[in-house]
Amino acid sequence: MTFPFQGGVHPEGHKDATQQKPIELLPPPAQVVLPVSMHIGAPCEPLVKVGQHVLLGEKIAMSASPVSAPIHASVSGTVAAVEPRPHPNGGRVPAIVLENDGADTPHPDIRPFGSAEALTAEDLIAVIREAGLVGLGGAAFPTHTKIASGLGKIDTLIVNGAECEPYITSDHRVMLETPEEILGGLRALMKIYGLESAVIAVETNKPDAVETLRRTLPKRGGGVRVAPLATRYPQGAEKQLIRAVTGREVPPGALPAAVGAAVFNVDTVASIHRAVTAGTPLLRRVVTVSGSAVSNPKNLSVRLGTPLRAVFEATGGFREQPFKIIMGGPMMGVAQHNLDAPVIKGTNALLAFSREEGKPEKEPVCIRCGRCVSACPMRLLPVYLYHYEQKNMLAECERMRISDCIECGSCAYICPGRLHLVHSFRTAKQKLREAQKRGGN
Amino acid sequence: MPDTRLVVSSSPHIRAEEDTHSIMLDVCIALAFPLVIAVYFFGLRALTVTAVSVAACVFFEWAYRKLLKKPSSVRDLSAVVTGLLLSFNLPVSVPYWLPVVGAFVAVVVVKQLYGGIGKIFLNPALAARVFLFSFPVWMTSFPKPQPGQWNALPLWGAVDAVSAATPLSFLKHGALPADTYNLQDLVLGQIPGSLGEVSALMLLLGGVYLVVRRVITPRIPVAYLGTVAALTFLFPKGNVALDWMLYEVLSGGLVLGAVFMATDYATSPVTKRGQWIFGVGCGLLTVFIRYFGAYPEGVSYAILVMNACVWLIDKISLPRRFGIPRLARFIRKGGGKA
Repeated sequence: MTFPFQGGVHPEGHKDATQQKPIELLPPPAQVVLPVSMHIGAPCEPLVKVGQHVLLGEKIAMSASPVSAPIHASVSGTVAAVEPRPHPNGGRVPAIVLENDGADTPHPDIRPFGSAEALTAEDLIAVIREAGLVGLGGAAFPTHTKIASGLGKIDTLIVNGAECEPYITSDHRVMLETPEEILGGLRALMKIYGLESAVIAVETNKPDAVETLRRTLPKRGGGVRVAPLATRYPQGAEKQLIRAVTGREVPPGALPAAVGAAVFNVDTVASIHRAVTAGTPLLRRVVTVSGSAVSNPKNLSVRLGTPLRAVFEATGGFREQPFKIIMGGPMMGVAQHNLDAPVIKGTNALLAFSREEGKPEKEPVCIRCGRCVSACPMRLLPVYLYHYEQKNMLAECERMRISDCIECGSCAYICPGRLHLVHSFRTAKQKLREAQKRGGN
Repeated sequence: MPDTRLVVSSSPHIRAEEDTHSIMLDVCIALAFPLVIAVYFFGLRALTVTAVSVAACVFFEWAYRKLLKKPSSVRDLSAVVTGLLLSFNLPVSVPYWLPVVGAFVAVVVVKQLYGGIGKIFLNPALAARVFLFSFPVWMTSFPKPQPGQWNALPLWGAVDAVSAATPLSFLKHGALPADTYNLQDLVLGQIPGSLGEVSALMLLLGGVYLVVRRVITPRIPVAYLGTVAALTFLFPKGNVALDWMLYEVLSGGLVLGAVFMATDYATSPVTKRGQWIFGVGCGLLTVFIRYFGAYPEGVSYAILVMNACVWLIDKISLPRRFGIPRLARFIRKGGGKA
């Protein structure tokens, strides 16, 4: 039983290029750049000094804030620099630069904690926090913070294998290649929440993943159910996914725990398993490299901090000069202009396009067709939000619930007039935040 | 090092194939159905009147934006659609200057002066039609259809065709025109009337095409036609209710209005509920004018009046907020104004 969310769009999937390709290990680069901010929340403070030698998996930065995730050395070697470096989200952010000694000498702290059964819920949360885990679906919210905020309130645990963004196949490959790790991590989460059941949600465009996960489940499922969901963007958005699985809608401004739900990305769950059973902190992640400018699209397991340039080189370089490079999916990803920026914890894909995808319009004009209204999964009226933002009528934007916008891009994708709707809404939200700040002082 | 050849822009980075041009092209294709039957019934003059109307609309669209040094919007084909709809609202016997005057009103006065496509608040073709009623002699003489007669009307020079009574004028006097026009004539369009309004069948086919191509949803046409059908069935004027209803629905510009005019993007609501309200409102006003007004037809005025209410309708028909239960909106809370 599913409760389809309203709205959404059906962009071309483009997943054929990589969905059959097993995850390849990308050898660690000569130098990794680890920004102190690879997650939502407080940036970390570096724990190391220039010249210091660090081991693989050693904690090199952390923060005392409850909303943060520590950072570990993704190679063994020497700290070459601690300085601002280009960050994929724009600008320069302090980063720890490690010179790889090529030995991958593991830190002695990396040792198995045993099985999830043997550990208490508190121990498990501590392991997850120390492993530096964040939401690997792209949002990069610290996993332990998410767990802590929902303790005692959750009745539905959902593993997000929707992967609704076009081109991206990293979660798909994880579901196919390490389903037992997903189930292992899920058991740990079920133990933490004291739940007997959980749901793994997968879009129907990945029947092999549904099949593999079901095969991996113990007889009778052990409380875990695999739920195939319609292939419709943004099926994997947290609020839409909760609605699809439970029929409940997260109230405006509230966390999923408000409706008793918690959602974790499949790769995050698999990483929880590795953190618990092997003691491995988050050192690498699966990145789909694809797009029309990429010679040989692949799914790569990449060390965190690997420069984007090195990742593209591993896929045979560019077929032609890329027009645009995106970190993440084409619907919500961030355009890149500097290939020195590193792969960070939320990097699920790197896409390079040789030309503008779809017909661009020189002069964006709204024809009031209302397609944005039909496409909005949050039931907003983007057409009005846009006109109010253009006229700087921010109070009206607020009254028309602009704060509910999840910036999924469905409206802008479908807009025949090619309006820059999401950009306009981000601008309005930013102005509203600034106005609020001024008002608060 | 930043690579300056890389374009940095806001997400999303992909766009659907469909654009304004392709949507308007679909509308033109849908309008070709009624145009073909108009040529069959009224001769080649139906084509020339339409051509003059389209050419004039496109010219004014181009000229206005050229004079004001704005980017040309001819390519979006919206002026072609306006031209087609304008001619569809005229009797085939009008002199050629009439659609040119109408095109000026539609494109320059109603459309461009208010900011162009998407910013208009009245349907340009309907507003122009209403303006052209300043020339009642031309606007209310409807020649009889002559199937297959290409030269039914002279292509050049004045037309002094015999004007025939439309089915609506019978209905106005509370009588079914069954002896003059049977229902089959109304469905096919073998009746006197404006160039593009006569054939309910072809108009509905065009409408089905638009729905299949997802250019429009059936909400407004269904609400509009359904309201007129229900009201005329419930309040027939003396005759058999079902016949009366069918004649009312199939006569005049109702189907043209419901399928092609009331669904005009800029002048109809964007919310689902708003579209139902809009369609029902158009239906109520149409029947009201037909029953109680002095003029036999009410479609143009009904749609124009509802056009003016669109902003209000959208405002009162906001969808249920995500995460707020269905009934909660009736419970007033501090902060949000209703």
